[in-house]
Amino acid sequence: MIAPGTKVRVKLDWPETRGPCHIRTPHYVRGETGVVERHLGNFPNPEDLAFARPAAVKALYHVRFDPKPFWKEGVAPEELVIEIFEHWLEEAA
Amino acid sequence: MSDILEIPSDRLLAAVRGLLVAKGVMTTDEIAERIRITDGGSPAQGARMVAKAWTDPEYKALLLRDGTAAAEMLAIPMRGLPPLGVLEDTAEVHNLVVCTLCSCYPRAVLGYPPFWFKSAAYRARAVRDPRGLIGEWGTVLPEGVKLRVVDSTADYRWMVLPRRPEGTEGWSEEQLAAIVREGDMIGVTIPSIA
Repeated sequence: MIAPGTKVRVKLDWPETRGPCHIRTPHYVRGETGVVERHLGNFPNPEDLAFARPAAVKALYHVRFDPKPFWKEGVAPEELVIEIFEHWLEEAA
Repeated sequence: MSDILEIPSDRLLAAVRGLLVAKGVMTTDEIAERIRITDGGSPAQGARMVAKAWTDPEYKALLLRDGTAAAEMLAIPMRGLPPLGVLEDTAEVHNLVVCTLCSCYPRAVLGYPPFWFKSAAYRARAVRDPRGLIGEWGTVLPEGVKLRVVDSTADYRWMVLPRRPEGTEGWSEEQLAAIVREGDMIGVTIPSIA
C-alpha cells in the first residue's frame, strides 16, 4: 500500500503501441510526477476486464498533480486529481 | 409491424430482452426493475443529497466519507454501481469533474450526462483551461479560490457538494433542493438564488 503524501511517478509507458488494449491512465499524465492523496479501494484491473480476461484486483489511488507544466496553452488549474492504478505508479526520486 | 413505426434499435432491444429471459440471465421482472432504477436517476436525486448535507452536519459527514451509503440512506438504489465519491467545495477550493477518457458519470444520482459532458471540447478544456471553460456558463471564481479538477478515470464516480448560497438561512430541504442544478454538482456552475 502506498501511503498518502508519497511522491510517485506515472510510468512512461505506451501499451497502445504494442497492440489492442484498454488503459485508464490518461496520456497527458504519463511520465509525470504527483503525490498520492489516498487509497480509494481495490478493483479488478480494467485492462483485463475489457477483454473478458481473468482480472487481478489492483489498488486504486487518488493522485494529485500540479498540471501547470503539462500544456503550453490556457491557464491550468491549481490542482488536478486522477484515479491511477498501482501498477502504473513507481517511486519518484 | 411496419418499418416506419418500428426502428431497428427497437427490434434489437426486443431481441436482447428476449434472449436474456430465454437464456435465464434475467427475468422479465428483473429487467423491468433495472429499467425503473435507471430511469429514476436524475439531478433531483443529487440535489436532495446536497440539500440534506446543507442542513444536517451528520449527513454531510457521511456524504463526504461514503457517498454510496449517503445515497442509499435517501433510498437511491446504488447496488451493483461503482462507488460514489463526493468532493466538497469550500471557501478555498472549487471542484470541477471531468472524464477525459470517456464520460464516466454518477448516473444514479445525476441521471444521464448532459451532451456537453461527453464532448471532446469539454473534456479537453476542463484540464487545459478550466477557468475559461466554466466562464462559458458565466461562472467566475472569487480571487484566491483554488480550482481542483478531478479527472474521473477509473472505478469511482464523482459529484460535487457545492457551497450553500447566502440568503438561504432557514430554508427547508425541499426549498434548498430546488435551487441545486446539474451543473452545480459537476462544478461548472455555482448555486445561486438570484
